[in-house]
Amino acid sequence: MKDFSYFAPKTATEALSVLAKLKGEGKIMCGGQSMLVLMKQNMLTPENIVDIKGISELDYIKYSEKEGLRIGALSTHSAVEKSAVVKEKYPALAEMEDNLAVVQTRNWGTIGGNVCHGDPAADPPSIFIVLNAKYKLVGPEGERVVNAEDFYKDYLEVDLAHDELLCEVQVPSLSANTGVAHEKLMAQKGDMGIVGAAVLVTINPSTGVCQDARIVLTNVASTPFRVKSSEKVLIGKVIDEKLLEEAGKIASEEIDPPSDVHGSEEYRRDMARVFVKRVTAKALDRAKQNK
Amino acid sequence: MKDELKDLKFKVNGKKIELKVNPKILLLELLREELKLTGTRTGCEVSACGACTVNLDGKAVRACSILAVQVNGHEVVTIEGVADGEKLHPIQEAMVNHGAIECGFCTSGMVMSARALLLENPRATREDIKKAIQGNMCADSGYVKYVEAIEMAAKVIQGK
Repeated sequence: MKDFSYFAPKTATEALSVLAKLKGEGKIMCGGQSMLVLMKQNMLTPENIVDIKGISELDYIKYSEKEGLRIGALSTHSAVEKSAVVKEKYPALAEMEDNLAVVQTRNWGTIGGNVCHGDPAADPPSIFIVLNAKYKLVGPEGERVVNAEDFYKDYLEVDLAHDELLCEVQVPSLSANTGVAHEKLMAQKGDMGIVGAAVLVTINPSTGVCQDARIVLTNVASTPFRVKSSEKVLIGKVIDEKLLEEAGKIASEEIDPPSDVHGSEEYRRDMARVFVKRVTAKALDRAKQNK
Repeated sequence: MKDELKDLKFKVNGKKIELKVNPKILLLELLREELKLTGTRTGCEVSACGACTVNLDGKAVRACSILAVQVNGHEVVTIEGVADGEKLHPIQEAMVNHGAIECGFCTSGMVMSARALLLENPRATREDIKKAIQGNMCADSGYVKYVEAIEMAAKVIQGK
């Protein structure tokens, strides 16, 4: 690992002033569970590390019907996974965390670090996008709130300026008759998904017609990939097996998956089809139960 | 500036430690090389095997994937701090008696994952145990005996 200078601010305000002084040469580290792997291989060689793990004011999970869920950036994956309110109101989020890496990683790795890393194979961004979540950022000019969906620009590139800090993930309350699910293809529990899918479905309880659908795939493009054309096939209709197959097929054609040791491009396309079908069916099933 | 050493104050196995470290030193390197606590193993070094698992504020973490400076103000327990003097911890006792340990390389990590689990939940079920050691690889494939030994230790801790 290359040498670096190390700063450990204790408040968000202090962190912002350190970042401003470093003029673009500061790299934020939180749990470092993804970053250190890259740094050890010298794929990432920051001059200055701004370690925000000690900013305890950003470690919280709050919920209210009106505002929805607020997850402080420093919440560990374990905290999200075990949170009673997350389990009750957003069970798919807790399930996603249960499949994210292993206990040791979840105990130190944070939700903020994960969503800012910008790995298209990461699970939290996909589920936050289907939940229509927003990220609250602070910078020298004050606060800025961006849609999770608009935050991802390219492989490991996010809409976060060098002098900004992600403070909070804001997840709106779910309307009734809405179901959410997340699953990924893993050789072993806790693996990065070879392909993953997060899906939200809202139905009209009397007619069964799909009113809203949001589908996001992971590890099939350079960013988390929302397959809007698959969603269009479902919205306004009563979802059946044939529509699910069609939505899956469209997704498999629209993505631009990598080909690597974990799966060829062709395999990923086919698995994307399977996971769109499978996870949408699960979300639909939950939507029917969430009256 | 870059070679500047940082102050680090933390507790290891109940003992207060104060020293200066290069910020790029990993917790694993600090424990093994500076503090000579070599019971924590260096395995894959890329956060895949779990051999370097220690307890940080009672929770299982991988010492190869944490900067030593990040434990400033925290409390670390390594395998050296698990037994009560000469008396083995129930987890260690059960692993020895049940023959869970084969080559032993992964054992310290297994003990630390199990310790963190039983600290949080002494009534852990078999499923909880499997999940807790999910991130600890054993090349001898001794998982079944490990799971059984941790179950036995849980019973001892509960006083059954």
